[in-house]
Order: sequence, then structure tokens, then C-alpha cells
Amino acid sequence: MNASVPEQRPGFDALDAGLIDYLHDDFPLCERPFAAVGEALGLAEDEVIERLRKLLANGVLTRFGPLYQIERAGGIYLLAALEAPVERFAQIAAQVNAHQEVADNYRREHRLSMWFVVEAESHDVAMRCLRSIEAETGLPVHTFPKEREYRVTLRLPAAAPPLPEDWR
Amino acid sequence: MSTEASFDPLDRQLIAATQSGLPLVPQPYEALGAMLGVSAQEVEARLADMLQRGLIRRIGAVPNHYRLGYTANGMTVWDVDDGRVDELAARVAKLAGVTHCYRRTRALPAWPYNLFVMLHGRSREEVERQAGEVATLLGDACRGHDILYSTQLLKQTGLRVNML
Repeated sequence: MNASVPEQRPGFDALDAGLIDYLHDDFPLCERPFAAVGEALGLAEDEVIERLRKLLANGVLTRFGPLYQIERAGGIYLLAALEAPVERFAQIAAQVNAHQEVADNYRREHRLSMWFVVEAESHDVAMRCLRSIEAETGLPVHTFPKEREYRVTLRLPAAAPPLPEDWR
Repeated sequence: MSTEASFDPLDRQLIAATQSGLPLVPQPYEALGAMLGVSAQEVEARLADMLQRGLIRRIGAVPNHYRLGYTANGMTVWDVDDGRVDELAARVAKLAGVTHCYRRTRALPAWPYNLFVMLHGRSREEVERQAGEVATLLGDACRGHDILYSTQLLKQTGLRVNML
């Protein structure tokens, strides 16, 4: 479909899938946490570490560690979008991505074709970033402030993928 | 949400030290403590405290959904009656395949949608089936919807501070 969605071998086996699913939940706070995880899964401590290292290196995992929630400390994540003309798309993506406050950015099939999240320590800093993006691209940036959160998770099963037929 | 919390200097040092994740060594908290000049117990206590205060959502692994086989990613957006959106969204949030579910400010007149539901599937058909479930649940409280599929990941930072 595109460069960022490579069609390739999954890069993980059934034990990795079990490990990925297990590590959606809280990692133990104890002296030898990898050993504790290994005990639960029937793996040796060094095998847990080695598998995690490999999954991070080959991109199946993008992060392993504490997931901070800066909104609890006055920070902000602001969803924004702009209508990037096709002929200037790459240039605009580069202009947007150059801002360190831009945490992620997706191209989507829509008139509003570029959707990104600005992460900042305050609302003012986020707005300043968006103003510069508008100035640099010459395009209006639309924002979609969050009013309420009903669910946030990254939990999608790695093991035993649901088939379309038995979705749910 | 109303809890005003803050990171003290040691919290900030811990955040900086775990920017790229936990050290992959048998005693990761010991290793962090050694970097910061505190004990492993102090590191564990700080992390537990930040978890308890919600400053850390969890300690765990973040998968690349594409690599897990979830290649169809649809941001579905819904224009839902303001008086019913909270009650209905709480139920939508529990459907399988939903990772994020937020109420957001409409950008009228161009953007009438106030409910954002991220759906993930192994095909667009699967995402559309999930969207059908959402539509059924919302019923006549929904005045319209759209699905915006992602076609390219343009940026994903090394997460200065992860949002999830």
C-alpha cells in the first residue's frame, strides 16, 4: 500500500506474540522484573531480554518502558490537520515534521490530508508551533481539541489474530 | 483530569533517563538508580508513585500496529447528538478494535464531527465491519460519519514523552 506499511514477514513468533501481549499490562516493579515476566511465560530471564531487544530492533515494538501522561502535569497533546495540496505534499510534510513539537503525523485519505499531533508543555507553546506552521506553509491549520477521553489503549492482540469472520 | 500533578526534579531526571525506554538489563531499576545516584528502591518507589498519580499510564511495550498485521487503520469520525454522546461513546469505547475514543470540538461548518474513534483491522473490510457496529450502537443519535484511512506514517518521534 505504501512505504511505511511494508509487506513482510511479521518478524515475531508465537512466543514473541505472547510476550508482546503480556507486556501490555504493567511491567513489574521489583528487583528482577524480566525474570518475573519470564517466570509467568515459561521463559528464562535472558531470553525475555533478548526477545525484547530483537523486537525493538526490528520495529515490531516501538517502545518499551514507562508511558508518560504529560496532560496530568499541564502538558498538552493537540490534534491538528491541514489540507495539503498533492503537488506540495512532501514539502509541507517536511515543514510540519521539522517542528520538534510534532509527535506524529499521518497522511489520510481525505480533503484534510495531513493529521498530526502537537505535543507541548503548555497550550501557548502548542499554539505558537501551529502559528509557525501556518506561516511557513501558507495553509490554515485546523485544530480538534480533546474534550473528553473514553478510551486510550494500544492493546491489539499480537497472538491468535481474529479472523474477519469471527471479529469481536 | 482535574488532578493537578507535577513532576519534581527527580521525576524529571527519571523521565529523561527513560526517554528511550527502560534499560534492557536484568536489573533495570538498579541501572537507572546508578545513573541518577539513587537506589533501585527509590526508582521503583518513584515509578510506582507516578503510576498512582496518573503521570505514567503504564510501564509496558508499545507495538507497531502495522507490524502486528493491523494494516488498515481508520480514524472514524461521527457527528453525535451532544446530549447523548457521553453515554454512547462509553459503550463504543468497549468495542473490539477500538484503541482511542475521544470527544473533540467540532470545527463548524466544515467539520461537523465530535466523536473520534480509531479502528484497526487486518483489512478495510474488517474496519468497515467495526464501523458498522459503531453506527448500530449510535443509532439515530448519529447524523453522519466518515472514515479517514491512514495511507502513510509521515512521522513518529522517538517520543520525547509518550502520550499513551
